Order: sequence, then structure tokens, then C-alpha cells
Amino acid sequence: MKLPIYMDSHATTRMDPRVFDAMKPYFTEIFGNAASRNHSFGWEAEEATEKARKQIAELIGATPKEIVFTSGATESNNLALKGIAEMYAERGNHIVTQVTEHKAVLDTCKRLEKEGVRVTYLPVRQDGLIDLDQLREAITDKTILISIMYANNEIGVVQPVKEIGKIAKEKGILFHSDAVQAVGKIPVNVTADGIDVLSLTGHKLYGPKGAGALYVRRRNPRVQITAQMDGGGHERGMRSGTLNVPGIVGLGAASEICRLEMPEESKRLRFLRDKLKDTLMNELDEVYINGSMEHRLPHNLNISFAYVEGESLLMGINDIAVSSGSACTSATLEPSYVLKALGAGDDLAHSSIRFGIGRFNTEEEIDYVANKVINVVRKLRELSPLYEMAKEGVDLSKVVWAAH
Amino acid sequence: MAYSDKVIDHYEHPRNVGSLDKNSPDVGTGMVGAPECGDVMKLQVKVNPNTGVIEDAKFKTFGCGSAIASSSLATEWLKGKTVDQALEIKNTDIVNELSLPPVKIHCSVLAEDAIKAAIGDYKKKQTSNKPEAVAVS
Repeated sequence: MKLPIYMDSHATTRMDPRVFDAMKPYFTEIFGNAASRNHSFGWEAEEATEKARKQIAELIGATPKEIVFTSGATESNNLALKGIAEMYAERGNHIVTQVTEHKAVLDTCKRLEKEGVRVTYLPVRQDGLIDLDQLREAITDKTILISIMYANNEIGVVQPVKEIGKIAKEKGILFHSDAVQAVGKIPVNVTADGIDVLSLTGHKLYGPKGAGALYVRRRNPRVQITAQMDGGGHERGMRSGTLNVPGIVGLGAASEICRLEMPEESKRLRFLRDKLKDTLMNELDEVYINGSMEHRLPHNLNISFAYVEGESLLMGINDIAVSSGSACTSATLEPSYVLKALGAGDDLAHSSIRFGIGRFNTEEEIDYVANKVINVVRKLRELSPLYEMAKEGVDLSKVVWAAH
Repeated sequence: MAYSDKVIDHYEHPRNVGSLDKNSPDVGTGMVGAPECGDVMKLQVKVNPNTGVIEDAKFKTFGCGSAIASSSLATEWLKGKTVDQALEIKNTDIVNELSLPPVKIHCSVLAEDAIKAAIGDYKKKQTSNKPEAVAVS
């Protein structure tokens, strides 16, 4: 077992060596520009990108022509939101999204608001899911887009995507889903799920960073988006720029591996995740899962250890790579906005740890991690005045704190 | 986040973790911070009432590594100082000793607040505990 252990797969994933092998020829051997129409260097490069298109389409139940290559999901999200807002401006100027979206969606919405677009940010319930009735009520005759992520990157909660798709279809509104955390991990099918536009990226699928895609539906309905990158008209005029051939090849290979291995892999990762969760909850008291366990990615665990602050916990498990919703771990000293949206209370946000189990984690690693976390939590609770007060029977919610 | 060796040392081997009897007339207890902010420090001092010297100090902290280190260091510095000397400890002294980066300076400020709160609590106990003239009959 090698240290340090990587268990932060929602942040990024190690590239699968098979993906790396698939990419290798496309740097020094097959290095043409896929848009070079006149020679074999270009044709070979194009053949590779078209194969990747097919591999990605198969993973999400789309057709190759509906895949637009981008530099990653942040760009895909920008392209979807801005591209649709511009293209359908005559039809309306209202977008419905929700508060726990990734910043790539939220910050893009903020920018669109500055440009006159109205955005409704639906709240989420304590389990992290949106309320479908609130979604229905939020829709107006000026609504042109619903953007709701498939699965959340912090708490792994899976939204009721099929139901959202049905509502969107009913009202004739386009439905975009940031599916970065779901694609390749749980079955995603753009037609069965009623999705019209979808963002995904390679580096969450054991593929390369810097390569992502936007699915844009061509039938029922035909979706059009205004390009945000101009210059040459690549990707059917939706996204100009020379294709990152090796990255795209990697994205394609990663997608295919996920599609083929998903049934077994998700079972295995769920087993590991549940073992970690059960061990922690059996050995420690006052441990809380953040977000619905029922509607959740199989490999995610987001868990708060009351009376223990997240950054100090991470310091204690410094040979394990995970992340925390604690303010101390963020650059801005703000606790996780996702955990706040659950209504958990800042103190539990400060005490949260996110585990993202991945393809290369082993049961031995899970056992090591569980053990280490338990020991560090116990040690930090010895140090914690809050744990002391709680054990004395003090109701911490009634204490008046001398904060400065 | 890159921690200084001193912060890591205090985290791995915190000094003076624990509690003193908060009901004792010689003990001053300071509790500062708030769980919503991610930082709560409890600092206690045991003072010799005749000499005004801090004989013992203990801490418990809910907070990041820098907060734990700041309060641990504070208890180290308090032992052997008089109450008035203790009030002269500045957060900047803690920042320098632990090489705290700008984003962690507030941890040292909280530690200074905790010291002042503990000393303040002790002093309050002294004024309200002043023995009345007891009529011996």
C-alpha cells in the first residue's frame, strides 16, 4: 500500500494507464491538425477525434454529431449557459438553476445577470435535493433554460433528473445538466433522462485534464447555441479552435473504459464506500452524513465529525488526500456554500470531510483510512472544548459565544 | 497549505491540554470564538494569589492547526509570568514565533483574546472574593 493515499476523486482522478497508452501516439507520431483536410496527417488526426466522439456519445446515449469538444466542463458550462441565453434571447431571458451548482454554473449565471438575464436559484432541502414543485412554480413564460447538475461534487447527491426532464419537456424549456460527477459513474442517458444539453470532462473519468465536451441535442428539439469562441467555425460553428487531439483521444478512451466497466466498478466502489462509512459510524459518536444517502453517487462520502474542525482533521490525516468543507481550507475563509445550503449549520460545515473513492483505491486503503480518521478524531476531541461541554450535558445551541 | 515546523510540532505534541477546576477561586477561564466561525478556544490559568504568578495553564481548542498551535504556545508562555506580564502578550508575538501566514493571523488574535479573557475572569473573581471583615464573636 503506497502513501499518500488519494481519495479525492471529485477533485480529479489519476489517469488510467490505458488512457495514457491510447494518447501517446498523438503527440509525436500522429500529430496533425484534425482540420487539415488535404493530407494524411490531418485525416489521421480527424479519424481519431471522430472515434472519440463516438466513444463519448455511446457513454451518454447520444449520437456523435451531438458532441462538441471543449477545454473542460467549465468551458462547457459557460458555452451552454451563455450560448443558449444569447441564441434564445428573443424567446425569453429567464434561467432556473439551484444553489448547490458548481461555481462554473453559478458564476456564469452571475455574469448573465449583469447582462440583464434573470436567474432563479432554487433552494435545496436538507437532503440536498431540489423540490420539484418549486421548480414548476419558478418557471415563467420567459424561461428559456433549466440548468440542474446531475450529481453534486461535494455531497455526491443525485438530483431527480428524469423528473426535471419531464417538467422541462412539458413546458417546452431546454434542460441543461452539468453531469461532470455522474458521467461514467452512474448510468446517464440523455434521451431517457430528458436532457437537451450536458457538460462533461475527462479528468473526472480517469482521463486527461484540459479535455471536455458539451452534448448538444439535434432532434426533439434541435438545440442551437451561439458560439463563445470565434475563429474558424470548428465544431459545427459552436466552438472554434484547433482540436486538442491527444486530449480528445484520452477523453474518448476514458469514456469507453467507463462504459464497459461501470457495472462492476460502481458495485465495488459502493462496497468500499459503505465499509468506510459503517466503520466510522460504528466506532465514533456524533458523526453525520451530509446529504441524502439514498440518492447519492456510489463512491462519495461527505461526513461531519461534530466538535472537530475540518482542517485540523486533515492535518492529522496528512498521508490521505481528501477535502473539507471547512472555512479554514478555503482560500476565502468561507465555509462550503453547499453544506450551508443544506441548512446544516456552520459548525458542521467546519467539521466536514469529503471522501471520493476511485478506481485505484483498494480495500486495504479503506481500512487504513478508517483507522487513521478514527484515531485523529478521538485525539482532536480530547483537545476540543466543545466536546467537553457536550459531554457535560451543555446544550451548545444555547451558549452565547464571545466571538470577535 | 504549508505549515511551519513549529505549528506542526504544537499540533503533534500540544502542550498543556486539559482543564483546570473552573470553580476554584485561583483559576481564570477564558472562552472565545464561536463554532460557526470554526474557532473556539478555552484557556485557563491557575494563579498564585500571593505572588500573582501563573503557576499552571491549560487549553482546549476547536479549530485549525494554526489555532491549536497558537493556544498551545500561549499556555507555554503564560506559565511563570505574572498576571500583568501575561496581558502584555501580543498576537504579533505569536505570529512571529509560529511564522503564521496572513490568512492565519486571526488565530493568533483569538489566542490573545483568550489570554485576556482568562486573566479578566481571574481578576473578577479576586474582586468579588475579597474577604469581608468577618466579625469574630
